[in-house]
Amino acid sequence: MRAAALLLAAFCACIQAGEIPLAERRSGYEFMSRESRAMQDDETTNPALFSLMDGEALWNRKEGERSCASCHGDAAQSMKGVAARYPAVAHGKPINLEQRINACRTEQQRAPAFAYESKELVALTTYVARQSRGMPIAVEATDATRPQIEAGRALYQRRQGQLNLSCSQCHDDNWGRLLAGSPIPQAHPTGYPIYRLEWQGMGSLERRLRNCMIGTRAEPYAYGSLEMVQLELYLMWRARGMKLETPAVRP
Amino acid sequence: MARVAVTVPASAKRGEIIEIKTLAQHTMETGFRRTQTGELVPRDIITEFVCRYNGVEIFRAELRQAMAANPLIAFTTVATESGTLEFTWTGDNGYLANQKAEIKVV
Repeated sequence: MRAAALLLAAFCACIQAGEIPLAERRSGYEFMSRESRAMQDDETTNPALFSLMDGEALWNRKEGERSCASCHGDAAQSMKGVAARYPAVAHGKPINLEQRINACRTEQQRAPAFAYESKELVALTTYVARQSRGMPIAVEATDATRPQIEAGRALYQRRQGQLNLSCSQCHDDNWGRLLAGSPIPQAHPTGYPIYRLEWQGMGSLERRLRNCMIGTRAEPYAYGSLEMVQLELYLMWRARGMKLETPAVRP
Repeated sequence: MARVAVTVPASAKRGEIIEIKTLAQHTMETGFRRTQTGELVPRDIITEFVCRYNGVEIFRAELRQAMAANPLIAFTTVATESGTLEFTWTGDNGYLANQKAEIKVV
């Protein structure tokens, strides 16, 4: 019995080995060039500015029966800290911020849902998430979220694609080293939606995750799929306590 | 809608060198890319940016396909007198955007 317990403890230690200790976590911001950091820090030159403006306009525009502002009022007050708590778990299913916004649209506003990655959905998400800038990520492991976080962790550690790579192999085991000349970050989703220079535009965490999956020659999960949101939830939990930077700039 | 943003100091001392930063929302489609079915995506870029200080042109830039989307143009000038800085972006497909900023020189 004792031997079995020891073996189990050793096994647990083994699968935990790759994880980055909380104190050693670093935002992708710290891996960027001075120029890219300056672009993010200066709100007047951060190219996400236009998405924020679009998002603010959408917040106040009547869609269907009412606008976001009709119920939620000033986003600076009502949306403060909200993005730091997403993805959340509702009715036993994980739900990310984009899905929450679309649920509000269809159920409360009686307006059609925005398509994933549409300019509108990204803009509104950016505007909502901006209200939590500087706040620590507050996704917690509770009885409701724990099974979903664990599912996300399993996806994160699972080898996939023709290159047979897991997320963890790059982002836990080899962060800070170079991949094709670019530093591998630790994969903390601290600034989404982001303005990515490679995209020449804004995009969500799911878009970024799909990029990585295509990079490993795996078939990417669909937008809004259960796997995708579980992965997002795990990543946000993994980055708990780190400061939200939305809208971040990334290379 | 074409959004633009400019950053100009609200006030400056006479003779002071001031930095002006401008950002324009634009996809800057190069005209070299193709769709998945092989059709060329037509060029759609900003071609010219002009800044006038109380009606006098102080800065002009010609933009080409190699410019990134949402071009950021930053430059300096000497604060000579109080008045208005006028910014104009023009481009393909009738693109036109204007912005004004006031500066007080003491």
